[in-house]
Amino acid sequence: MPDGALPVLDVRNLKTVFRTRAGEIHAVNSVSFQLRPGELLGVVGESGSGKSVTMMSLIGLLPSPPAEVRDGNVMLGDKDLLKIGEDGLRAIRGRDVGFVFQDPMTSLNPVFTVGFQIMEPLRRHMGMDKARARKRAVELLELVGIPDAERRLKDFPHQFSGGMRQRVMIAIALACDPKVLIADEPTTALDVTIQAQIIELVKGLREKLGMAIIWITHDLGVIAGIADRVMVMYGGQVAEHGPVREVFANPAHPYTRALLKTVPKLREPRADKLRVIEGQPPMLGAHPTACPFRARCEHAFERCARENPPRREIGAGHDVACWWDHRTGEPV
Amino acid sequence: MFTYTLRRLAFAVPTVLVISLIVFLMLDMAPGDPTGSLPLTIPLEVREQIRQALGLGDPVLVRYFKWLHMMVIIEPSHMLANATGWNIAIEGPRILSWQTRSPVGDIIVQRIPQTLWVVGLGYLFGILIAVPIGVISAYKQYSWFDQTGTFISMVGFSVPTFFTGVVFILIFSVWLGWFPSMYDTTHRVRDWDSFLFQVRQIAMPVAVLALFNASQISRFMRASMLDNLNQDYVRTARAKGLMERTVLLVHVLRNSMIPVVTVIAIGIPTVFTGAIITEQIFRVNGLGDALIRAIYVSDWPMVQTITFIFAILIVLFNLIADVLYGILDPRIRYE
Ligand SMILES: Nc1ncnc2c1ncn2[C@@H]1O[C@H](COP(=O)(O)OP(=O)(O)OP(=O)(O)O)[C@@H](O)[C@H]1O
Ligand code: SF4
Ligand SMILES: [Mg+2]
Repeated sequence: MPDGALPVLDVRNLKTVFRTRAGEIHAVNSVSFQLRPGELLGVVGESGSGKSVTMMSLIGLLPSPPAEVRDGNVMLGDKDLLKIGEDGLRAIRGRDVGFVFQDPMTSLNPVFTVGFQIMEPLRRHMGMDKARARKRAVELLELVGIPDAERRLKDFPHQFSGGMRQRVMIAIALACDPKVLIADEPTTALDVTIQAQIIELVKGLREKLGMAIIWITHDLGVIAGIADRVMVMYGGQVAEHGPVREVFANPAHPYTRALLKTVPKLREPRADKLRVIEGQPPMLGAHPTACPFRARCEHAFERCARENPPRREIGAGHDVACWWDHRTGEPV
Repeated sequence: MFTYTLRRLAFAVPTVLVISLIVFLMLDMAPGDPTGSLPLTIPLEVREQIRQALGLGDPVLVRYFKWLHMMVIIEPSHMLANATGWNIAIEGPRILSWQTRSPVGDIIVQRIPQTLWVVGLGYLFGILIAVPIGVISAYKQYSWFDQTGTFISMVGFSVPTFFTGVVFILIFSVWLGWFPSMYDTTHRVRDWDSFLFQVRQIAMPVAVLALFNASQISRFMRASMLDNLNQDYVRTARAKGLMERTVLLVHVLRNSMIPVVTVIAIGIPTVFTGAIITEQIFRVNGLGDALIRAIYVSDWPMVQTITFIFAILIVLFNLIADVLYGILDPRIRYE
C-alpha cells in the first residue's frame, strides 16, 4: 500500500437521506474516506450505522425514492460518480466497481444458469460475444475455486452450496477486472469454516489481481486479519479511522474502545459481539448537531450535546471524531 | 423433467376416473327407469337404442365401463373424425342426446368452434392486455398509471360479466349501433366484408371476457412483479450495470411469469364454464349454450357429457400448469 499514491476512490462529505412517510432518516452524514490502489479497507459498526447505505450510495444502488444522495463528491479516478447520472453509473457498476452482497442464497437469480449470470456483465461491459464470454466465465469460476468449471456453467444457483454461491458472486463481481471490489458482509450468512475459506480466497485474489477492496463486517477479528486500514462507523458517521494496527493498539473513540473490549481473543469463536454495548442506536431523524454516541458514552460531557465533533488527526493517518482525548482522559 | 411429468400424469388419470364415475352415477343413481321420464314423442326404436346405450339390466360396474368406453373412446373418435375429416371413427353404440336424438359427440363438435373463438380470443386478449399493465403498474407502483389500472381492474373483476355484457350491448349496439347485439353463428367468412362483419359481431363478447380476464391476470402480474422487484437478485442485476430494461424484462419478468403462467393455465377451464353466461347474453351457440338448453329439457346425456368435458379440461389444465411450472422453475425441474 504505497502511501501518497493517488486514491482510486475518494469520497468527500457524502450525505444520504431517506424520505419516508414518517419523515427523513439521515442515514449517512458527511462521510469521507479514501481508498488507495490495492488496499483493503475494513468497515465496522453496529447494525444500522450506515455501512451498506454509504457503499450503495457511491454507485447509485439505492432505490430512489426513498433514498436521496444529498451532498458530497465521489471521485473514481477522474469521474465524479454523483454527477455522471444514471447512465454513467450503469457503465461503472459491474465494470469498475464490483459488489458482493451478504446473502448468497438470494443474491443470484434462481431461474438463470450460473454461466448466464457470469457472462452478463462480460457481454454488457466488455462487448464479448457468447463464445468469448463463456471462455472467460470458465476462467473466472476456476479463479474463485469452483471445480469442474466448464460443466458447472450450466447449473442453476440452487445446485450450489452457500459457500459456492458466494464464490459465484465473487466471480461475477470480478468479471470485468474492477478497480474496486465492495464486499458487504460477504461471510455473515455462511458457516464459520466456509467463512474462513472465503476470506482466504479474497486474500489470494487480492494478491493476484491487485484491486482495492472495501470489506464491510461486524467481525473485528476478520478486520485484524486482512485489512490495511479500518473505518469505524457510528450513527451514519465515521467515528474513527486509521491503519489497523494503530487503531487496534491505540483506540481513541469511546465507541471503538468499547468494541475492542467486547472482542476477548482473536482466535476464539466469534459471535455478533458489536451489539453487546449497552444502550440504543441513535435516532437519525435530522442532521446531527451533537455527538450521536453521547447517550451511550461513558465520557460524555456538556460539549458533546452542543456540537457534533469533527474528525481530528491524532496520528499518522489516524483520526477520530470525539471531544474527549483518550491520552489525557480530558476534553480536548 | 420427464419423471416429473409422468408423476403428475399418474395423479391425473385416477382423478379423471373418479370424476367419470361420479358423472356416470349422477344419472345412474337417479330413481326409476331413466327412459321413463323421456318425452312420449320418442319412437319406440329410439327408446330401445337409448336403453341399450344405457345398458339397463347389466350390473352397475358393467354399465359404467360400457358408458366409459362410449364416453372416452367412441364419442371422441367421432368428434375427431368430424372435426378433421379423417376416417378414424370407431363403430359402436353412441351416447344419444334425448332432445335431438343424435349422438352427443356430433352436437358438441358443432358447438366447440364458437366457444373456442369467443372464449379463446377473450382469454388471449385478456392476457395480452394484462401482462404489460401488470408489469408497468408494479414498476411504477402508486403512480397515476398504477392507480388507474388498479381501479379499472377492481371494477372489471368485481362487476359480473352478465352486467358488463348488458351495459356493452346498451351502449355499443342500442345507442351507438356499432356492433350487432346478437352473434350470428351461421355467418361464414368468405371475403373482406364478411370478415369485417365477423370482427364486429365477435368484438363485444370478446371484449367483455377480455376485460374480466385482464382484470384478474393483471392483478396477479402486478403482485408477482412486486414480490420479485424486492428480491436481492434484482439488486445484483443492477450492481452488474445491466440496463434497467434488462433488469425488468429479463430478470424480474422471467421470475414473475412463473406463478402467472400457472394461474393462466389453471384458469382456462374456468373461463370455459364462466363463459356460459356471456354466451347466453350474446346468443353465441357454443358449448355453454348447449349445456343450458340441455338442463332446461332434462337432456341428461348431454349434461353428463358437457360436465365431463369441463371436468377433463380442469384436470388437463392443472396437469399442464404443473408441467409448465416445472419447465419455468429450475428448482422444481431438478428436484
Ligand atoms: N430503504 C430504506 N428506507 C428507509 N431507511 C433505510 C432504508 N435502508 C436503510 N435505511 C436506514 O439507513 C440506516 C443505515 O442502514 P444500513 O443498511 O446502511 O446499516 P448497516 O450499517 O449496513 O447495518 P447492517 O450491519 O445491519 O447491515 C438505518 O438506520 C436504516 O434504518
Ligand atoms: S464526543 Fe463526547 S459523547 Fe461523543 S464519543 Fe466523544 S466523549 Fe463521547
Ligand atoms: Mg448492511
